[in-house]
Amino acid sequence: MTAAENHIEVRDLRLSYGLKEVIHGISFGIRRHEILGVIGPAQSGKTSLLRCINRTIDFTPDTHVSGTIEVDGEDVRKVRSVYALRRKIGMVAPLPVGLPLSIYDNVAFAPRSAGLHRRADLDAIVEQCLRQAALWDEVKDRLESLGTKLSGGQQQRLTIARALSHQPEILCLDEFSIAIDPVTTMRIEDVLKELRKHMTIILVTNLTQQARRLADRTMFMWKGEIVELDTTEVIFGENPKDQRTRDYVEGIFG
Amino acid sequence: MFAVRAAKRAPWAVVGEKIIEALVYFCGFSAIVFVLGIFVFVFKEALPIFAHEQFSLTEFLTSSDWYPTSESNKRYGVFAMIVGTASVTVLAMVIAVPFGLGAAIYLSEFCGQKTRETLKIVIELLAAVPSVVWGFIGLTVMSKLIVQYTGTPVGVNVLNGGLILALMSVPIIVSISEDALKAVPDSYREAAIALGVTRWQLVWRVLLPAAKQGLLAAVLLGVGRGVGETMAVLMATGHAVHIPHGVLDSVRTLTANIAAELGEAPAGSDHYRVLFLTGVLLFTLTFAVNLIADTIVRGIRRK
Amino acid sequence: MSPATAQSRFAETPAVRRKLRQEAIAKWIFCGMAAAMVVPLVLIVGYLVVRAAPSLNLEFLLEVPKRGMTEGGIWPAFVGTLYLVFLSLAVSAPIGILAAVYLNEYAGDNWFNRVINLAVINLAGVPSIVHALFGLGAFVYAARFGYSIISASLTLAIMTLPVIIASTRESLASVPRTFREACWNVGATRWQTIRSVVLPNSISGILTGVILQVSRAAGETAPVMFTGVVFFKAVERGDLFPYYLDEQCMALSMHLYTISTQVPGVKESIPFATAVVLLGLVVIVNATAISLRVYLRSRKKW
Repeated sequence: MTAAENHIEVRDLRLSYGLKEVIHGISFGIRRHEILGVIGPAQSGKTSLLRCINRTIDFTPDTHVSGTIEVDGEDVRKVRSVYALRRKIGMVAPLPVGLPLSIYDNVAFAPRSAGLHRRADLDAIVEQCLRQAALWDEVKDRLESLGTKLSGGQQQRLTIARALSHQPEILCLDEFSIAIDPVTTMRIEDVLKELRKHMTIILVTNLTQQARRLADRTMFMWKGEIVELDTTEVIFGENPKDQRTRDYVEGIFG
Repeated sequence: MFAVRAAKRAPWAVVGEKIIEALVYFCGFSAIVFVLGIFVFVFKEALPIFAHEQFSLTEFLTSSDWYPTSESNKRYGVFAMIVGTASVTVLAMVIAVPFGLGAAIYLSEFCGQKTRETLKIVIELLAAVPSVVWGFIGLTVMSKLIVQYTGTPVGVNVLNGGLILALMSVPIIVSISEDALKAVPDSYREAAIALGVTRWQLVWRVLLPAAKQGLLAAVLLGVGRGVGETMAVLMATGHAVHIPHGVLDSVRTLTANIAAELGEAPAGSDHYRVLFLTGVLLFTLTFAVNLIADTIVRGIRRK
Repeated sequence: MSPATAQSRFAETPAVRRKLRQEAIAKWIFCGMAAAMVVPLVLIVGYLVVRAAPSLNLEFLLEVPKRGMTEGGIWPAFVGTLYLVFLSLAVSAPIGILAAVYLNEYAGDNWFNRVINLAVINLAGVPSIVHALFGLGAFVYAARFGYSIISASLTLAIMTLPVIIASTRESLASVPRTFREACWNVGATRWQTIRSVVLPNSISGILTGVILQVSRAAGETAPVMFTGVVFFKAVERGDLFPYYLDEQCMALSMHLYTISTQVPGVKESIPFATAVVLLGLVVIVNATAISLRVYLRSRKKW
């Protein structure tokens, strides 16, 4: 596999908060249109990794990043417009965040920020994204009510709809199922299987079985390092290369 | 369906954003400009006095001879006014600190939700009373009471100014002390109550020691307010430039002196410059007090 | 105390009873201290109103001072105060709000921004009479605005700036950080985030700050008395626009000072009525701010 074929290429990425290094020089590639599952115990650097990719890490004071992350062969730390980069990447945080705007405005926020103001275009995007996030039927009659008044599970789907609204090429999900019920989780997982046709998906999850169900390849991170990255069959199969992987997957630690 | 990727923000929106952000930065920096400006302008007006042979800074600070308009023997010593400011401020703190602290303890530890809300609103209103109204109260109400109860011939004096200033600085002492008490973790309270102590013991043995830095900051801010207060002390302390021998003596404070004489001092005269120098002194004094208080408050917040 | 509890294992021993008594006493002492702060205020205000009663009517507000300010009303001072308040507001509100946006949204934690913070705190602590000296040196003389409404308003504006900065900052900080992150994640710029999410949700706090600034500016005396406010100015009764901006004006606070200390033979109730009007103005403005805050807090969106 050469670098050019990878959608995202990470080389020797190091990240420290103040003096404490939390990612210790990791390198890996993510292929186009695959679902990469990222598993590992808390504090292993998964969320920080995502924040490095879309550069929202910039907003945290006193951080130091070295190494390179290339998206489509372009170093994210040297892109011309960081906003265009972020629009290329959809990001779903663990806890749902409905913005204190109407449901419609929540989804239309990103397109508007990008400079799209034609009502017809916006209507189409809002409907499409809400459908993709399996929320449309529940809210189509009250698009003008506040996004923050939805239930937790609905807000999480609204968050996903918002992450899709700028039509990203890469979708990052950070433990999206923490705050929602199993039924909704299954519905969203179906959505993800559908989305894989159009985009690359990074699925950070604390549920190892979720990675097993969805991911093409799975990466096991531990204490800021990659323990193992291989196809999901190998990681969850009989013979992962590292003993720690097997222990974690089987629930012996973590 | 790739409308978003093709979309571009209108040029005016991008430029408008740049302009607004430039404005935001400019206004953000303005506070520094203003503070420097205040110091520079006040200092600039005061500076030429140092070129004057007869003027000495030592005399300015240590002499209590203040004869700015004398024909033959002009003297500029503000020591009496420094003492005046100090006496009024100290008296005010002696009254306001225990009461402010007591009220803060009552607010944060003893009273119910409703009483607290009401009291806080009253305190907010108390803080909003203009200083000239306080001065007026000192001049009319307080001075009458003082004459009646102490038999002193003049009711505008250190006691009057101290009382008025105490009422003025109580709100700030209450609100900062209450913050400090609230910052004491509830686990301390629970631990103490689990041991069976009364709330009085809790306050005395646990809360006050734990919150002492915040309380110190509150007192310092009160002092800052006292030193800088102008109109109220101008009207309530009488106008005598001399070192007081008791709380029933009239005094003049540094601030009141400027307020009373700036109007009569011709621009550019020595008198005028000495008044500006007094301003520099006040600026430095309050700057130091506020700086220390802020350092303490910041330390508490970080914890 | 019923016999049943008296016999229980947790019956009050004398030691416990002593403790309870101690606690009750402590409570009353602290309550008394809180009351010692509130009661004088109420009594004093009551006294002021009673003494002011003979002059407290609409006529007093609309009439101009007469016979060397010993009789008549307070109209020129009242209008002058309005001029000063609104002009200073027009300057300090935009600067203060934008400065707060900078400090809360843009400023990172470096030495430069710590210096700015320090400057704001010290600006709040500078004595009002020093502001007066600054206004005199900077606006009246250096900028050649002379003794005028402009000079006085600018001095007031700088003096009240920290009030607006502090309250705006507080309300900006109350908008959860997750909202901002959600916006950044979808590629919104800082300003787009601020304009569409942060500002709309902190507008109540900002408004409260602006209103409090009004009350502060209305009551200040020292900063304006050497920069543009005079003892007396002849004005038509009830005239809403009696002043030009490069002229001096009267102000309520200064008027109260003048008639209570400088003018002999003023009709007894007039200074009291002036104090009550000034106090009433400030209380009304503050009450508005407080009720606005309560109302807007009750319809918070998250």
